[in-house]
Amino acid sequence: MALSNVLQTPAAGFNFDNAARNTALEGLFDGGETPKPLKTGTTIAGVVFKDGVVLGADTRATSSEVVADKMCAKIHYISPNIYCCGAGTAADTEKTTELLSSNLTIFSLNSGRNPRVVMAVNILQDMLYRYHGQIGANLILGGVDCTGNHLYTVGPYGSVNKVPYLSMGSGDLAALAILEDGFKPNLELETAKELVRASIHAGIMSDLGSGNNIDICVITREGVDYIRPYQESEFKDNRKMKYKYRPGSTPVLTEKVVPLKLEVVLETVQQMDTA
Amino acid sequence: MFDSVPVAGMCPQGAYGVQDSLRSGFTSVKNELLPSHPLELSEKNFQLNQDKMNFSTLRNIQGLHAPLKLQMEYRAARQIQRLPFLQSSHLALDTLRGSDEAIGFEDILSDPAQSETMGEPHMMVEYKLGLL
Repeated sequence: MALSNVLQTPAAGFNFDNAARNTALEGLFDGGETPKPLKTGTTIAGVVFKDGVVLGADTRATSSEVVADKMCAKIHYISPNIYCCGAGTAADTEKTTELLSSNLTIFSLNSGRNPRVVMAVNILQDMLYRYHGQIGANLILGGVDCTGNHLYTVGPYGSVNKVPYLSMGSGDLAALAILEDGFKPNLELETAKELVRASIHAGIMSDLGSGNNIDICVITREGVDYIRPYQESEFKDNRKMKYKYRPGSTPVLTEKVVPLKLEVVLETVQQMDTA
Repeated sequence: MFDSVPVAGMCPQGAYGVQDSLRSGFTSVKNELLPSHPLELSEKNFQLNQDKMNFSTLRNIQGLHAPLKLQMEYRAARQIQRLPFLQSSHLALDTLRGSDEAIGFEDILSDPAQSETMGEPHMMVEYKLGLL
């Protein structure tokens, strides 16, 4: 039905209509709380080694005190030579990295080249600064391009850092301790993988928000090796039996069918006069 | 209507700046002074601000004529659209701006082609022409 108070089509993009209602609702709950968005409460880490970049992440997604997802994928694909780990609000990291990946794909189709890591970083920085930190995405971008191996971090307000090794998320202090201890420039592949695994493991052991399995992603000039899971948690529980019951295993005692009669009460046709 | 960035983004809509109670409901000083979300104002004016910044940089680098010519083309491209209640593709404007090769939140969220509310065609045209 045509509304007479809509004078312009609503603008595309974010819609702030409910913001006033939400602030009013927050005061009404009497100590209760509005539902919190799903955060990843993560440990993510990255290391630049001799031939490329190794990224690692845990796989737990938490929603306040409950583990919401035990096998969450935190290493996102950006382009064939760039991958991104995301910490912060799960939906924000997911959508932001998808947008970034789409934009870089359009660029590669236009120019016929693989994108460079600095391009991804600049696009992210512009996008996150525009929203002044309301998009809660802490990202570690790692990739190999024609200028070398790069590892960058982008914060939710748009801050950028270029570093040889890095960790982010709620378990970042524990992971960083291991990285600080074991990092040397120009590591070999196996040493680098072991270093990242150990740092994520430290994050998992010391932080409540990180846990379950460890994913590793190795990016080199030759290609990408996304190992998921690289190490499974030793506390994984196995289901003791099958809990799916085949149809018909519950006996039907009685059956009563009541047809729902609907009758047309009132019918109006409103014509739109666009002559 | 498109040329200047409104300073008080929450100006009432009626004639002479007085609130049009029939169409927009009762007034509230708080609603008009503060946007309810910190991003609301900056997002509403974002495209306009970007354009102003780009044009002013271009003027400083290449002189007055460059932004002048570009703004002429923008004005011409902006006029290629359907009546306000129908969906226009803004193809020429997008190509000029370079946003036909970029994807942002405005392409995924709240797509106006799929909005749940529809405006009354006559009123929307009158509003656009400034006759309301």
